[in-house]
Formats: sequence, structure tokens, C-alpha cells
Amino acid sequence: MLRYLGARLGQALLILVGISMITFALIYLLPGDPVRQIAGRSATPETVESIRRQLGLDLPLWQQYLRYVGGLVQGDLGRSYQQKTEVATLIASRLPATLLLLAGAITVELLIGLSAGILAAARRGSALDRAVMVASFTAVSAPQFVVGILLLYVFAVQLGWFPIGGYGSFAHLVLPALTLGLLGGGWYARVTRSSMIDVLRQDYIVTARAKGAGRARVLLVHALRNAALPVIAMIGLDIGLFMSGAVVVESVFGWPGIGQLAWQAIQRIDTPIIVGVTLVAAVAIILGNLLADLVAPWVDPRIRLRR
Amino acid sequence: MPPALRQLLRDPVAVVAGAVILIMTGMAAAAPLLAPFDPDEQFFDGLSLEGAPLPPGPVFWLGTDLLGRDLLSRLIHGARTSLVIGIVANGAAVLLGSLLGVTAGFLRGAVGAVIMRFTDLMMAFPALLLAIALAAIFSPSLWIVALVIAMVNWVQIARVVYAQTIAIAEREFIAATRAVGAGPWRILLQHVLPHLVPTMLVWATLGIATTVLLEATLSYLGIGVRPPTPSWGNIIYENQTYFATAPWLVFFPGLAILLLALSFNLVGDALRDALDPTQRGRT
Repeated sequence: MLRYLGARLGQALLILVGISMITFALIYLLPGDPVRQIAGRSATPETVESIRRQLGLDLPLWQQYLRYVGGLVQGDLGRSYQQKTEVATLIASRLPATLLLLAGAITVELLIGLSAGILAAARRGSALDRAVMVASFTAVSAPQFVVGILLLYVFAVQLGWFPIGGYGSFAHLVLPALTLGLLGGGWYARVTRSSMIDVLRQDYIVTARAKGAGRARVLLVHALRNAALPVIAMIGLDIGLFMSGAVVVESVFGWPGIGQLAWQAIQRIDTPIIVGVTLVAAVAIILGNLLADLVAPWVDPRIRLRR
Repeated sequence: MPPALRQLLRDPVAVVAGAVILIMTGMAAAAPLLAPFDPDEQFFDGLSLEGAPLPPGPVFWLGTDLLGRDLLSRLIHGARTSLVIGIVANGAAVLLGSLLGVTAGFLRGAVGAVIMRFTDLMMAFPALLLAIALAAIFSPSLWIVALVIAMVNWVQIARVVYAQTIAIAEREFIAATRAVGAGPWRILLQHVLPHLVPTMLVWATLGIATTVLLEATLSYLGIGVRPPTPSWGNIIYENQTYFATAPWLVFFPGLAILLLALSFNLVGDALRDALDPTQRGRT
């Protein structure tokens, strides 16, 4: 068990180092010279040179990388070109909104995805099963920004049930969380269904039925727990999908999270923010997968024994 | 007719989805002939007296956009953008992913480990954010957008092909081939690669759906295909401020994106069932 955890942690650390290298490369490749941004247009060559030295940009590349990583470890993500604020501060102020949206979206995804997937697997081959499959395919093929705008049109503009974008109350959360949750739910429905179908074929399910356990008990107690692993792994992966979705949905709904921050930064080519958000998102994905790996042996004791 | 194709044609869902793809491809190919108007022409009577876009009507079937251009004509021309990027970007991603996956799976050892750790690393980046950063490095054009998408989408394919290559390389017939003295190139080209073709075909189809969606999203965010070249994503980008009064400008392009992505997903799924009977009805 300890070795399993150690190996997972080691992998995560290695990937973190790799990520820092790629974001470092992105900063150098992305347009916008930080020195010019600070010095302004009318600066003399001497001023430009002294700022360059101050920022350490005259050092060899590997030293610059070490300085960059040293900064990262201390939570220094650089400064925004436009807003002159620390990127870390900007991201920290936007993070709660995004986490709230994430919680809302995953709740909707699990509610829809799990129930649809379980029902479809229980009645495999039925019209209901086919309807769930078609719906889940439609969900994963639908562009998030279109669904978001149309939900906004129907439920906010026409019906007036929810505010037209913004942040602050539960009513503000409903439509963006539904947009992400309805579409992401399609993946969960498919994963749950196929995992449940695998499990329902096992001998212990037959045994449970033979002992007289009711249909609901077999499905929800005996089968679901065994079928949960791929779903848990999916939640880990989902954080990555969510981060991409957040950029789109937050910009559609004017949700003040880090996705919107990234989108605004794209419009102004504010490199440090784009790279900072990418870095935070990558770390979130690693944490998500790590968390899924840590929860897995707790849900399925077979993993604990195997290692 | 190969049995897989015969089975595919027996699946009504796949046939309908395939028909949608063929119709849209035909539309894209014959766009100048089919489009009722020039997609870039701003019609004087294409706007209401107040200067607002026109709703669907007898002259402009799907209505007009905020510049008074015919939406239907722009959608038909936009199909070109989606399909060209879908096929080129995804083709490149399948090629790159397969190449890296086969190399890693066949050579194993240090080379394989380096390739697969790099793949793990790329998996940790959210595709859209990475595409955004890459799109900001290169100033976007049709081909650059395709390249950016390919650079993001090869990762999954590499992982699948890697796992398959390893599974195939461990099968007995490969050991038998090696025992009769076949060299590595012969084993790779004649015995391993043919078994990977179904996987690549399935991904070549499913991946187009992902690519179409990613292109639409990038264009919607304003960093994909630049107007005036019509793309289903940038049509929505240009007109989104009018969504409350002119929802057709979001609805029709959105429907087109959904139909094309859904069709490729359905055909890809049916193809997977047809090519690999053990997977039938599973996901």
C-alpha cells in the first residue's frame, strides 16, 4: 500500500517538473517582451539593458529556468503585463468562483450520468438503453458555448427564471453548472453503463440474486460499488475536461473564475496570465488524478492487497 | 465487400450518420454552386430598417447576420472550414500519435519510456488551454489552427496505439514469426501494423468529432479561424452580442456543429463495433 502511494506521488512530482519546463518554454515562445512591457516605448537602450539584467533575462537559459522554478515553489507566477498585479494574486482571487462551478458541474454530472448509466445497464438492449446512449452521444458532441448561449436564451432571456450571467447567488450558478454538467454527464453515463454491464456479468452478482437480494439492492449495493472504479478515474480525468470547459462557459456566462481570466488574457495577449492559468490547471489535473488513485484502494480493497 | 463494412451498413444509426457526413462533405465541396448567395456580400436589404439582422424568411432562408450577410451561404461555406480542419488536423494527429505509440510500444526500453512519460506529461495539460497558448504563439490561419489542434490531439491516440502494440507484440504468432527468423522491420510492417489499422481507423473517425468541436471552440473564443473566412465557430463569435434578439445566429451554426460531430462519433462507434466484435455494445 505504501509503495503504491509512493510510486503515485513520485510520478506526480516528475510530471510537475515536466510541466514547469513546458510552461517555461511557453513564456519564451509567447509574444510580448517583458522588458519592453515594463520599460515602455520611449526607454533608452541603457534602461532596457538594465531592466533586462534586473529581471535576470541576460543569464544562461538553465539559470533562468532554475530561477523560474524557484519562484514557482514560492508561489511566484510572475506579473500580469496589463494589470501590473501578481498573477498568483489574480488567480487566487478568481479560484473560489471556479471551484464553486466545478462542484456544481460535477454534482450535475454525477446525478445525471450515474442514474442514466445504471438504468441503461439494468435494462440493457431496451428502448431506454438506446435512448440513454443516443442522449449521451449527443451530449458529448454538443459544443458547450452553443448549449450555454441557448440555455441563457431560453431560461434567462425568454422565461426570466435565471439572471443573464454574472455571479453572486445560487440562481447564477444553475445555468453554467447545467451547461457543463449536462454535457459532461454524457461521458459519465457511458462509463457507468459499460462498467456496470461488466460487473453484472460476474458470478457474485448471480450469487447475490440467488440469495434473494432484490433488484435495487443488487444494482445499488452489490454492483455499483464494484463498478465505481472507472467512474472515480473519470472524475480525476474530468478535472482536465472541466478546465477547458470553464474557459468557454465562464466567458459565456460572465462567471468571474480563472477560465474567464484566461479568456480576457487571450484578448490582450497577456502571456503571464495565460501561462499561469495553464500551469494551475495542469496542477489541478495532476491532483485530480492523484486523488482518484488515492481513493481507489479505499473503494476497492483488491488494489490494497495487490501491491 | 469486407465483412466490417457490411456490418456497418446493417446498422441504421451508422447509415444515417454516414449519410449526414456525405451530404455535408458534398455541400462543402460544391459550396460555391450550392450557396444561394456570396457568403461575404453584405446585402442592403439584408438588415431591417433599424439595422438588425433578419430572421429566417423567404429570401434569406436562415436569416442574415449582423452585417446583413446570408447565414445559409455562410454556413455552407463554413462546412469547408470545419471539414478541412477536421480531416487535416485529425489526420496529422492520428499519424503523429500512431508513430509515437508504435515506436514506444515496439522498442520499449528507454526510448519507449521517454515517449510515454512525455505523453503522460501532455495529458496533464487541458487541451483547450494548451491550444490557446499555442494559438497565441502562432498568429492564427486555417492551417495553423489545424496544426495547433494536431499538436494537442495526438496524445490519446499515442496511448491507445502504444497499449495495442504491446498487446500484439506479446501474442504467440509474433514469437513464432521471430522464431522462424523474421527481422524486426518485417515483424513490424507485416505482422504488427496490420493489426493496428482498425484502431487507427476508429480514431481517425472519432477524432474528427473532437477536432470539429475544438476548432469551433477556438474560433468562438476568437483565436481560431479569423473572419471573414466563415467558420461555424466564428459565425457565433461575431454575432453573439445579438443572441437575445437574433437567436438563429447561434442556433443554426450550433446545430451544424452538433450534427457533424455527432455523425462522426456515431460512425466511429459503429466502426469500432464492426471491427472489434468483442467490444460490441460496451461503451
